[in-house]
Amino acid sequence: MSARLPKGGRFIDRSKQVKFIFNSRALKGVEGDTVASALLANGQTLMGRSFKYHRPRGVVASGAEEPNALMNHGLDGRFEPNQRATTTELYDNLRVETQNHWPSLNFDIGALNTKLSRFLPAGFYYKMFIHPRPLWKHVYEPIIRHSAGLGAAPKDRDDDSYEHFYTFTDVLVIGGGIAGLQAAKTAADSGAKVLLMEQTAHWGGRAPIDEDLAGGTIDGGSVQSFVDQMVADLAAMDNVTMRLRCMGAGIYDHGYVLGYERLTDHAPKTDGPRHRLWRVRAGQVITATGAIERPLSFAGNDIPGVMLASAVRDYVENYGVSPGDRTVVVTNNDSAYLTAFAMKRAGLDVPCIIDARADGGGALAVQACDMGIRVERGKAIASVKGTRHVTGVGLCAQAGSGAVLEEIPCDVVAMSGGWSPVVHLWSHCGGKLTWDDSEAFFRPDPNRPPLGADGQGFVSVAGAANGAMGLGAALEDGGNAGASVRKAGTTSVTRNVSSPEYAPIEPVWMMPHGAPYKLRSKAWLDFQNDVKVSDVQLAAQEGFESVEHAKRYTTLGMATDQGKLSNINGLAILSDALGQPIPQTGTTTFRPPYTPISLGAIAGEAHRERFQPLRQTPMHAWHDANGADWEPVGQWRRPYAYVRPGETVQQAVNREVVNTRDNLGLLDASTLGKIIVKGPDAGRFLDMMYTNMMSTLKPGKCRYGLMCSENGFLIDDGVVARIDDDTFLCHTTTGGADSIHAHMEEWLQTEWWDWKVYTTNVTEQFAQIAVVGPNARKVLEKLGGMDVSKEALGFMEWRDGTLAGIDCRAYRISFSGELSYEIAVPANQGQALWDALVTAGEEFGAMPYGTETLHILRAEKGFIMIGDETDGTVIPQDLGLHWAISKKKDDFLGKRAQERNYMVDDSRWKLVGLETLDGSTLPDGAYAVAEGDNANGQRNMQGRVTSTYYSANLKKGIAMGLVLNGPDRMGEVIDFPKTDGASIATRIVDPVFFDKDGEKQNV
Amino acid sequence: MSKALRPSDGAVWTDGIAAVHQHVAHGMITVRADLNTAPIKAAITSATGVAIPAKLSIETGADAALCWMSPDELLVLCDADQAGAVTKQLQEALAQHHALVANMSDARVIFSVSGAQARDVVSKLVPVDLSPDTFKPGMLRRTRLAQVAAGLWMPDDDTICVLCFRSVSEYAHTILKQAAQAGSSVFRR
Repeated sequence: MSARLPKGGRFIDRSKQVKFIFNSRALKGVEGDTVASALLANGQTLMGRSFKYHRPRGVVASGAEEPNALMNHGLDGRFEPNQRATTTELYDNLRVETQNHWPSLNFDIGALNTKLSRFLPAGFYYKMFIHPRPLWKHVYEPIIRHSAGLGAAPKDRDDDSYEHFYTFTDVLVIGGGIAGLQAAKTAADSGAKVLLMEQTAHWGGRAPIDEDLAGGTIDGGSVQSFVDQMVADLAAMDNVTMRLRCMGAGIYDHGYVLGYERLTDHAPKTDGPRHRLWRVRAGQVITATGAIERPLSFAGNDIPGVMLASAVRDYVENYGVSPGDRTVVVTNNDSAYLTAFAMKRAGLDVPCIIDARADGGGALAVQACDMGIRVERGKAIASVKGTRHVTGVGLCAQAGSGAVLEEIPCDVVAMSGGWSPVVHLWSHCGGKLTWDDSEAFFRPDPNRPPLGADGQGFVSVAGAANGAMGLGAALEDGGNAGASVRKAGTTSVTRNVSSPEYAPIEPVWMMPHGAPYKLRSKAWLDFQNDVKVSDVQLAAQEGFESVEHAKRYTTLGMATDQGKLSNINGLAILSDALGQPIPQTGTTTFRPPYTPISLGAIAGEAHRERFQPLRQTPMHAWHDANGADWEPVGQWRRPYAYVRPGETVQQAVNREVVNTRDNLGLLDASTLGKIIVKGPDAGRFLDMMYTNMMSTLKPGKCRYGLMCSENGFLIDDGVVARIDDDTFLCHTTTGGADSIHAHMEEWLQTEWWDWKVYTTNVTEQFAQIAVVGPNARKVLEKLGGMDVSKEALGFMEWRDGTLAGIDCRAYRISFSGELSYEIAVPANQGQALWDALVTAGEEFGAMPYGTETLHILRAEKGFIMIGDETDGTVIPQDLGLHWAISKKKDDFLGKRAQERNYMVDDSRWKLVGLETLDGSTLPDGAYAVAEGDNANGQRNMQGRVTSTYYSANLKKGIAMGLVLNGPDRMGEVIDFPKTDGASIATRIVDPVFFDKDGEKQNV
Repeated sequence: MSKALRPSDGAVWTDGIAAVHQHVAHGMITVRADLNTAPIKAAITSATGVAIPAKLSIETGADAALCWMSPDELLVLCDADQAGAVTKQLQEALAQHHALVANMSDARVIFSVSGAQARDVVSKLVPVDLSPDTFKPGMLRRTRLAQVAAGLWMPDDDTICVLCFRSVSEYAHTILKQAAQAGSSVFRR
C-alpha cells in the first residue's frame, strides 16, 4: 500500500499540513505535495476510470505526461475538468473529484465495457454505427455523446482573471533542468537578453534525483548544489528573466513563442490574475525540455500500481511517498535501476529487477547485484496480477511467448521502456526528426531545424531533449546550445563531470516478444484513450498504413495527453505490423500547446465587461439613463428605442414613429461616418468613388451618393457636402466609417498615388443630432444663433453657425421625408446640444427616437438601407437607383462591372414595395414562391423581403423586397409562405408608401 | 454655456500596481501633408514652434508637441483652449500647399499609466517592445491596445501616455485598470 515515508521528500515541508477534499473525503497532505503525491500518501492509488472500458486506473507518471490521474478540480466559478493530479499543486481546501465513472469510483457500471472489449476493437464505432444511416443521428450519436468525454463541463462563469504579457528577448530557453540552466548561463554570459522558463515549480529537472542515486557529481559537488549555484548566478544577472510554473506551450513562425504561466493555481486566494500568457518574440529559442520515460507493453500494464520507474523514484525522493512496499522493476535500460536504489534507500523491498536485455545492464546493474537485489536478465513480465491494484507479476522469458516461470508478489511495478526526447516544441514550427537506432528514439535533426524569415534555423535543442542522455552529455550540450546563440565571445566552460556509464538500451516494443493475442489485447499503449497493442495491429491489418490514419482510426495519442507516453510505442507496434523500420513509419504531427492551456489564458483580458470594446457616442450615458433598449451596430451600441415605464419595446417604437411625423424627433446620428476629403484632385477622386457626379457639387450644397466596389456591388451610401473648392465631407453608414476610409486610402495609396488628395476620418470628432419633424425648424429657431429658414438653409444645403451658443454645422438633409436638420458639433459639446434640444423641444413635443424608428421612417419613404436592401450581391440598378448613376462620367468604381451581361440581365430581381392584403407584417427574409421546381427539386422562387416593418403611421405592415420583373408587375399578388405552412398574399406596390411628392421635407 | 466634459475626464486611479489617469481635454490637430518637403516642414514649425519629428518619434516644444503618425501625417498636441487658434495658424501657414488640417481635439482621449511598473502594465495589452533599451521618452508607436487602435509615448521614464479614440475610452480605461490590478506585478519589485 502507498504511504508517506517517515523521512525524505525534497519538495515538501512536513511541518505544514494541508487539508484537501477528495471525492468528498477530507484528507491531509503537506505543503509541497501535488494532488497525486498527497493521494498516494493517503493510500489512495485508484485515481480514475479509463475512457472506453472504464478500467480502474492509478497514477502512472509524476509530471505533465500523466494520462490517468485526471480530475475535476474546484467548484462553481473555479471548476475545471481534466486537471492532472501530478501537476496540480496542493493548497488548503483544494477539492478534487475523480471522473468518468458512475455511480462511484470503486463501483463503476461502465466497467462492464471491459468484459465486452472483444466486441469493442479499434474502429468499432465506425463499423457498427454506419448502418442504417438515420439511426446514427437519432439513436447512436446521442448515446455515445452521453457516455463519451472525461470530466464534466464547467457550468459557471469563470471567477478568475487572466492576462497576456508581450515580451521580446534575444534568447528564450524553455526548460530549467541542468541543460537549460547551462544554456541560459552560457548565453547570458555574453550579454544576451535571456528568458528562461520552467514548467514546474522547481529548477533542476530530474538530474538532482537521478545523479544523487547514481553517485554523479559536477566539479566534485552534488548536482543539486550545481543547480542551486546556477540559479543564484542567473538570478543575479540583470539580463536574465527566470520564470517557474511557466510552460513553453508552442513555438510559431518568426520566433513567436507562447509561455503559459500558472500564477495562482497553487494559491487560489491570492490577488492578481490566475494565468498569464507570455507572448514572446525571441531571436533564438533553445528547447531544453528533457525526455519522457516510455512504458513497456505487457499484459496488465494499466493496473493501478504499474508506474513509470522514474515516477516511482520521484514520489520517494521528491515527496517522501512510497507508491508501495514491494516494487518489481522491469526495464530494458539502466536508468530504472535507480528506482531500485531509491526504494532500497527508503527501506523498502525490491523483490526483483527484471531486465529484458539478455546481457543485462552496466555499472548500475553490478551495483544492484552488490546490494543483494535479485536481477533477472533476458526476462519479462508475462502479465500483471490484480484487478484494482497490482498483487504480483508473472515472470517469463522476454524471447518467449509468455509461459510463466514464477509469480512474484509485489504491489508496485516500476517500468521503463527507455526515454523519448521531448521534441514537441522543436517540431511545432517544422523542425524535423531523425531516428537514433542506438538509443531507440527520435531526436531533433540539427540539419533540418525550424526556419526563420532569414532561412536560418531559429530553434536549437539542448540536453536530453536533443538526445544527449547522461549528465556529462546533457551539460555539454546545454553549454553548446548556449554558445551557439551568444552575441559574441568565448566557448563554453568545461566542467568536470563524473557519472556512471550506462550499458546500451535494447528496444522492447512488446513484452514478451512473442506475446499471443490474449496478452496483446491486455497490453495498453494509450492509457487515456484505451488503445491496446492489438488495436494498432488490427488497424494495420485493415489497411491503415499511414501513421496519421492509424492514429485516427484507433484514437492512439488523441487524448488530452496527446500521446506523450503512447506515440513511440504505438508507431513501433505499427511498424512491426507493417514489417517496416520505425523511421519509415514516422511520427504523427506534434502540435501546440505542449499540454492543454486554459481558455482563460488565451482570452487574456477579453473577459466579462472587457470582452469586446463597445463604442459609445457622446450622449451614451443620457440614452442609458432614459430607457434606451440597446442595439449593437458594428461595435457601437445605439438606442433601438427609448422605452418608457409600462411600455413594451414595440409600443415605444410606435410612439416614436408617430411623434416624429406629427411633432418632433431627436436622433443621435453621431455614429454615421464622416470623412474629410481634401486636395486639388478631391473632386476627381470622389467622381471615381461614387457612382454619381460629385465634382460639380457647389460649396454649401449636399448630394446623396452611392459607392460601389470594383465588382459593381453597392457597398455604401451617404450624403456628401462640399465645404470649399478643395474640400468635401463624405458621410458614410455607421458600419462603413472605417472600411470606407480604408477603401479610399487603398485606392489613393495603391492606384492613384499621384493624385493630390488627403483624407481623414473625423467621425469621432463630432456629435451629430438629427432634428426631425414638422417642428424641427421651430426648435432650432428657439435655440437661436443662426438662420435656419427655408431661404437661408434650403433642402440639401449646409451652413456653419451657432446654435444655443455652440459652434455647429447644420445640414438640411432628410432620411425620413420630414423637415429635418442634422446638427454637427464637437463631440465634447454633444451632450450640451442634446440637453438644449430636449429642453427647448418640450413645448414642441420633442422625443428622442431610436434606430428602429429611423428604419421605419425611411422605409415609409422607400429609402434603401445598406445591409438591408443590399447584401453584397445587389447593384444600384436593382434598386431603381439609375438616377444616381452618372452617364456623363468616363469611369467610376463599378462602372465596367455593371456593364457585364449578368448585371444587365432583365431577370435580376428588382426593388418594389410589398403590401400584404390583410395588412399584416411580412416576416423578415421571407421568400416569394413561383410555380414549379428547380433542377434540384426545390420550389422556384421569385423574390424576397429585404425590409419589413409595422408602420404605426400607416397602421399596417409595409415592406420592400427584390422581385423578379417587380417594377413591371405593379398590383400583382404573390405569395410569401411562412414557416408555419400558411402563406401571405402580398401585392406588389410602389416602394414609396408615404408622401410620394416629398412635400413634407420641402417646407 | 458650460463645457460638457467627458464622464471620466481627470479621473486618477491608484488602486493597482500603476496609476491610471484619464487626462482632461487636450488640443489635438491632425495635419496631413508631405513631411519630406522643406517649405511644408518650415510652415508647420513656424505655426507650432516645434521641429518636425523623426519617424516613430514625438517632438516636444514649449507650447505644443508634434507626434509622427505616418510619413504624411502629424498629430499636434497643445492646450485645449489653444486648439482653435493653432488650427487656424496651421491652415494659414499651409494654405499654399497641398495639406489637410483638422481640429480633432474631441476625437481622442489620452490616458497616462505611471509608476515603476508602467512599462509592464502596458506590455500586457500592447504588442510592442517596451523595454527601457528599446522604448524611451521621445519615441512614439502606433499600435493596438488589446482590441483598439492606440498610440504610445513616454513623457518621462515612469510614464506612458496612451492615445485612443473617444468612443472606446471607457473600454481603454477598463482594460488599463485591469492590467494594473493589484497582485498582477510581472516582476518582483
